[in-house]
Amino acid sequence: MYDFALIFPKNSSVTSMSLSRRDIDNIAQLARLALSESEIPAYIDSLSRIIALVGELDHVDTSAVAPMSHPLPGLVQRQRPDVVSEEDRHELYQRNAPQAMAGLYLVPRVLE
Amino acid sequence: MHSQTVAQLVQGLRQRKFSATELARDLLGRIERAQGTLNAFISIESEAALAAAAEADRQLALGGAPPLTGVPIAHKDIFCAAGTRTTCGSKMLANFVSPYDATVVSRLRAAGVVVLGKTNMDEFAMGSSNETSHFGPVRNPWDPSRVPGGSSGGSAAAVAARLVPAATATDTGGSIRQPAALCGVSGIKPTYGRVSRYGIVAFASSLDQAGVIARTAEDAALLLGAMAGFDERDSTSVEREVPNYHAALERPLRGLRVGVLKECFDQGLDPGVAACVHAALDVLRAQGAQVRDMSLPNLPLSVPTYYVVAPAECSSNLARFDGVRYGHRCQQPRDLRDLYERSRAEGFGAEVKRRIMTGTYVLSAGYYDAYYLKAQRVRQLITDDFARAFGAVDVLIGPTTPTAAFELGAKTSDPVTMYLNDIYTIGANLAGLPAMSIPCGFVDALPVGLQLIGAHFAEERLLNVAHRYQLATDWHQRAPESYR
Repeated sequence: MYDFALIFPKNSSVTSMSLSRRDIDNIAQLARLALSESEIPAYIDSLSRIIALVGELDHVDTSAVAPMSHPLPGLVQRQRPDVVSEEDRHELYQRNAPQAMAGLYLVPRVLE
Repeated sequence: MHSQTVAQLVQGLRQRKFSATELARDLLGRIERAQGTLNAFISIESEAALAAAAEADRQLALGGAPPLTGVPIAHKDIFCAAGTRTTCGSKMLANFVSPYDATVVSRLRAAGVVVLGKTNMDEFAMGSSNETSHFGPVRNPWDPSRVPGGSSGGSAAAVAARLVPAATATDTGGSIRQPAALCGVSGIKPTYGRVSRYGIVAFASSLDQAGVIARTAEDAALLLGAMAGFDERDSTSVEREVPNYHAALERPLRGLRVGVLKECFDQGLDPGVAACVHAALDVLRAQGAQVRDMSLPNLPLSVPTYYVVAPAECSSNLARFDGVRYGHRCQQPRDLRDLYERSRAEGFGAEVKRRIMTGTYVLSAGYYDAYYLKAQRVRQLITDDFARAFGAVDVLIGPTTPTAAFELGAKTSDPVTMYLNDIYTIGANLAGLPAMSIPCGFVDALPVGLQLIGAHFAEERLLNVAHRYQLATDWHQRAPESYR
């Protein structure tokens, strides 16, 4: 069953399931985060600890349980008719844009 | 004026003992004076607050003003308020001006409140100590060398220091209850779907819920009543009438069935905190409550379950920050990919990046079933444990946190150690249940919180139990020495 010592590391040493440098590079790429060289060792260490923590779930028998889909039992997500319900306020929204011009968001050239 | 509760202020304002303007000025002065020490606020909105207070005074003079007219509050800086900055404690949103109001903000405004400012918080509500804020940590009014808890640390510290009588907050894994406990104030996280999430910056959408931090359960009832209710703009908002929470406060506790959460009295619990909780149970027994032990065997799995589900939802929600539509944008991007990667790397702090990466990992090809689906199955087991318990008892009670407030920097080196602060609070979020924390004593002159968890939509009962407890005790009336 559940190992309480893992939840309280002061009483044990968390054995880390180590992630590699390659794992971190791959995750950062998927997450679109440019990590600096100096940050990487700390992320290898802390993500390994977190993955070791959540790895505890492996020991639980869930063969007879369906994944939970909503915090309130029996409740399904409400739907609404597919009609326009908001007015056009793009000028207001674009005031927060780092770069916008003539109603358009500006991004680096995508096609050469 | 600053020591009065919301309920007392409502009376005082109506009896013209003081004006809304005098009250706002008094508290704005306290906020300014405390800011250097506590850093509880990200934005102080003196001008807008005084204009709103003047309007409140006009309405009070006319008569027929809404119930909370002139009552000063603060919003956690995660709630959008039209025309004002909403930073979510992040560099990413440091210059973001909300184009619209959160439903919580518009409802409270309609009820008459005067907003004095926006409170500091952990970045994107990810943290348990308020140390991840881009705008610097908040300090605990009981001991400035200690953390106020998080993520709603600014709201809890502001209420504890008598800067505002109440503040809004949000709770994804304990972010209302844990700081309320560490600062010696009362906080309620309602049932998932009770309060609209519209206009709240999203962290983990199946767990996020807005609530209140105040000094008393009575004040929490007044504020929650004004905030709660169906909102068609939140697809998870529940169509269900809001009871009159205030009217139910006085109900006697005779026959109340209390379950003591056995799993919370584990080896990580400070014996001083345990003693406070046991003393609180005696207070409830003296009022006729029947107290018994309850075991929720899967509850200890809350932390690992949460640290799959919450980061997964976080990585998905925070994918919207792309440096294009709003938020921080890097200088001189080489191409689109560089724009995304550097804007996000520069705009997010270390803990937010850590959670995005954890979420990305558990959702990535080959790991989704092993982590995410597995966690959602265990989440169901935890939820089933609660459902069984509420077949036998009305309220589950235990400590809110394993220890009282810890020192700044004490847990920043290892994220897992920090995550374990929420070990007792996370279960209620996973199961969508309402839960409260109220002050129940002190350990080494630092406040201790008592957690009450109810069945879905049992806010009324929680507030009732908390109120009756507060009628019999005075822990909630204690104020930190420098802020009396």
